[in-house]
Amino acid sequence: MVHLPTDRKSIQVALLFIVFAVLVAGKGVMPGWLLTWPASVTLPIAEWLNQALFFLQDEFWKITVIDVEEDLAEETTAVMLISRGVSDALQSSIDVVRNILLGGRKGFALPALPWTAVAGIAFVIGYALQGWRLSLLAGLSVIYLAVFGQWQDSMRTLSLVFVAVPIALVLGLSLGVLAYRYKVVELTLAPLLNVAQSLPHFSYLIPVLVFFGIGDNAGAIATIIFATPPMIRLTLLGLKKVSVEVLESGRMSGCNNLQLLTQVQIPSARHDIMIGVNQVIMQCLAMVVIASFIGASGLGYTLLVMLGSLKIGKALELGISIVLIAIVLDRLSLAWAHKQPDYRADLPFYVRYKYWLAIVGLTLLSIIVSKFFPYAYKIPRSVAITTAPFWDFMVDWVVRNWYSGLQQFRTFLLVEVLIPMRDAYTSLPMVAVFALLMGAGLFLGGVRSALIVGAFFAFIALTGWWNKAMITAYMVSFSVLISVFIGLSIGIIASRRSFTTRYALLICDTLQTFPSFVYLIPVIMLFQVNDVSVLTAVIIYASIPATRYTIEGLRSVPQGLQEAATMSGVSRIQRLFKIELPLALPHIMLGVNQTVIFALFMVIIGAFIGTQDLGQEIMQALSESDMGKGLVLGLCVAFMGLAMDHLINRWALPRKQELGLA
Amino acid sequence: MAEEKAQAVIECRSVYKIFGENARKLLEESKGRVDEEEFSKAGCIIGVNNVSLEVHQGEMLVVMGLSGSGKSTLVRCISRLTDATAGEILIDGQDLLKMRNKDLIELRRHKMGMVFQNFALLPHKTVLENIAFPLQVKGVKTADSHGRAREMIELVGLVGREKSFPRELSGGQQQRVGIARSLAVEPDIWFLDEPFSALDPLIRREMQDEFLRLQSLLNKTIVFITHDFDEALRLADRIAIMYHGRVEQIGAPVDIVLNPVTDYVKKFTNEVPRERVLTTASVMEPKQEGQELSEFTVAADVIIEQVAERVLSATKPVAVVDGQGEIIGVLNCKRILHILFGKPS
Ligand SMILES: Nc1ncnc2c1ncn2[C@@H]1O[C@H](COP(=O)(O)OP(=O)(O)O)[C@@H](O)[C@H]1O
Ligand SMILES: [Mg+2]
Repeated sequence: MVHLPTDRKSIQVALLFIVFAVLVAGKGVMPGWLLTWPASVTLPIAEWLNQALFFLQDEFWKITVIDVEEDLAEETTAVMLISRGVSDALQSSIDVVRNILLGGRKGFALPALPWTAVAGIAFVIGYALQGWRLSLLAGLSVIYLAVFGQWQDSMRTLSLVFVAVPIALVLGLSLGVLAYRYKVVELTLAPLLNVAQSLPHFSYLIPVLVFFGIGDNAGAIATIIFATPPMIRLTLLGLKKVSVEVLESGRMSGCNNLQLLTQVQIPSARHDIMIGVNQVIMQCLAMVVIASFIGASGLGYTLLVMLGSLKIGKALELGISIVLIAIVLDRLSLAWAHKQPDYRADLPFYVRYKYWLAIVGLTLLSIIVSKFFPYAYKIPRSVAITTAPFWDFMVDWVVRNWYSGLQQFRTFLLVEVLIPMRDAYTSLPMVAVFALLMGAGLFLGGVRSALIVGAFFAFIALTGWWNKAMITAYMVSFSVLISVFIGLSIGIIASRRSFTTRYALLICDTLQTFPSFVYLIPVIMLFQVNDVSVLTAVIIYASIPATRYTIEGLRSVPQGLQEAATMSGVSRIQRLFKIELPLALPHIMLGVNQTVIFALFMVIIGAFIGTQDLGQEIMQALSESDMGKGLVLGLCVAFMGLAMDHLINRWALPRKQELGLA
Repeated sequence: MAEEKAQAVIECRSVYKIFGENARKLLEESKGRVDEEEFSKAGCIIGVNNVSLEVHQGEMLVVMGLSGSGKSTLVRCISRLTDATAGEILIDGQDLLKMRNKDLIELRRHKMGMVFQNFALLPHKTVLENIAFPLQVKGVKTADSHGRAREMIELVGLVGREKSFPRELSGGQQQRVGIARSLAVEPDIWFLDEPFSALDPLIRREMQDEFLRLQSLLNKTIVFITHDFDEALRLADRIAIMYHGRVEQIGAPVDIVLNPVTDYVKKFTNEVPRERVLTTASVMEPKQEGQELSEFTVAADVIIEQVAERVLSATKPVAVVDGQGEIIGVLNCKRILHILFGKPS
């Protein structure tokens, strides 16, 4: 007699795979509508969306605007008026900031700040927030941007960030407070935030494009919409974390509601809210780069142009600038978040405001100096140092020496692995995929989970994107497999010692701050433009969370347990596989969840290089300004992410709790 | 005496606090008879169950009970940090539960102060600013509020730490700040919810002494919560013992120890060192004719613990005298030994 495992879990897993296998094998005898969704019964949701949005834009609430000067009456709608007003207001804010940083804008007579002044300010802020190291990082980065001819583009990008960040912060904070106050708002926002945070960047661009056209103001709007959700979340989280006693102490001190909010709750939630500020800044930067697709000028736009004409050296140079700006903004805002308040009310004026005085002094100094030395004001492109030839040389060198090797590797990968895998995915009968996913939902979280996961995928089928979605799924699964392998290996090695742990986490932190788009640059340099380069970028990007969560998971295994294991004579390898990994597994699975999300985002961005999946369709919708199609596709991507997120969380969270690690 | 008895500062009449969706309905249906099992089946948790009590001007009521017995909930009902499900609460004769929000804020700004178990200081404010906060909130000018806060700092012995932040203080120091803050508006009613429970035993003792010193200066009406019977005995004028949301017994410490009315209170008081509770008057015996007495006497209202050693080392019984110096009874060694080591009856 054969002994089969008889516990419930194994039976469920076995059952799941048997059903899946039977359904796949039975493909030949199935009617067509079980294999793939018939095109004739798709719901034209995109059409409806378009009609609704155009109705809003063109028909809803008509208003006649009378221009007194020209004596013209113009018929328009409320939505148009609002969007025009918002867009004009944004444009003027951008103009103000640009004039300060770059000068020469219409309507402003003032010249720009000299780059030396900006560098000085960066030195002072870095020092004030953390000390010399941050001061040097910030100041030298600014100097780099000026000296290497990146000034114009960088300041354009930064001016968009400087306009978008405060607006996103105010919006996020207000909505967060409202959600905290009113349960209804929280419950309405929760699903919207979930979807918003899994919607690919490009999907935000299309409606903005339709309502606001192209340009910097449209870019700023897309950026604001994209960056607000994390602020809402962190504000809500922070406010909820304020201890009941502190709240009660505020009320017993006689606070009214407003005083309670502004003087007790928000200050007590400061740290979480400041982490929100950091997130907003980083999201803004990432989105400003991508918003170049709808005409936001700056580093991203130039980068697009350079990549488009395959000027890899220039592109790399731009990428480095973006990365530098990202690191500096991240470190500065984190330093600000971690800074504790100091007592300074009774210090003399010049001590109390020493940093402000230093900023004013350095600015004046650099304005005076630049009167005599024009290079202190602006370094023209013609004399700026460029590293592009060096990078181009490197690219040439790679192509000359590695080309055939890389090409062979690429062909092998394509022919032997990727194409068969893609074919397998696209030829899976739809009913088998549903059975697998909903079955997993059923066993992990009951009927409700099965229905949730089913509904997410039903949307994809109903809107007619099943086949494209399966291509996205194949790219994501391939990258996630490899990323998890890489993450586990690096994580296991790095978590052995505390200093390697520290460095590995620092590297993860830094890599994670890079706007995802820049990951495409080096892979194009190595593999040119094709799907192997996309997958490489995805794998690199998605390995970051895999590594981080592996390290965190292994490090969180209680010391006592490890020592007990060592005492009882367990070898190191045994300890790893028998004790540490199983205990860390739930946390690692949460990392896998992040890996899936990262991979999804990057696969979609990879459409820029050329893929044939949902991302490519989104790019197309963008170029056709097809809002409905873009939104539906974005939702398809988001729902795939949310379904995986749901399943993995259902598995990991209870297990974490069981192990007492939650 | 009865006609002299002033109106109670705090008066609770059949106060209930039941947590849960349809607590009020359930309570009405059961006509105030709360069956714990039935309620918990309906998803309700009992916080306070039919509590009636009074606290008088200048009196310190200590609310005692194990964790989860409803002490904090009771105090939060009396300060209306949470709304009682049913019952009446009168503060100086005013109906607290009918008060509008604005009046409630005024009441807190002038009449109430509260000290919390985990200090509940504002992390972004200095010691001085924390203490001045209740004054700032009601619109007192910064200079005045800081002046008043400095007085408070002196009162609680924190001079020199004005500019420190809570994170830079020890637990005991933080609670001193909490106490100073709660006193800044000169409240009449002072709530303290396990103020010393988060402190080390040694510091706790020190803070209790400090607290007694403050109370002798200020003479506030106090509701003090603790789960530590020792603490209750040191501080209380009267003790209320809570169990499952009910007040099992309320009375002077001696009453509770000598005449526990329920088994629960009895079990509770069994652990209490009786020499710490009982006064000489409560254990003295009548003086017999011609009995030879020691040369020294003891007052009638002192705790036995304080005189035990002297009485034990005396060779003859010791006279107990009242305020006028009249002998009202005697203490002898046997009786003291019985109290110290004998099984309580
Ligand atoms: N906000 C609340 N919601 C539900 N139950 C609560 C709430 N606050 C307290 N309780 C419950 O009420 C009971 C009394 O709690 P509490 O007054 O804090 O006890 P104590 O202060 O004596 O330790 C406990 O069972 C507690 O779980
Ligand atoms: Mg309590």
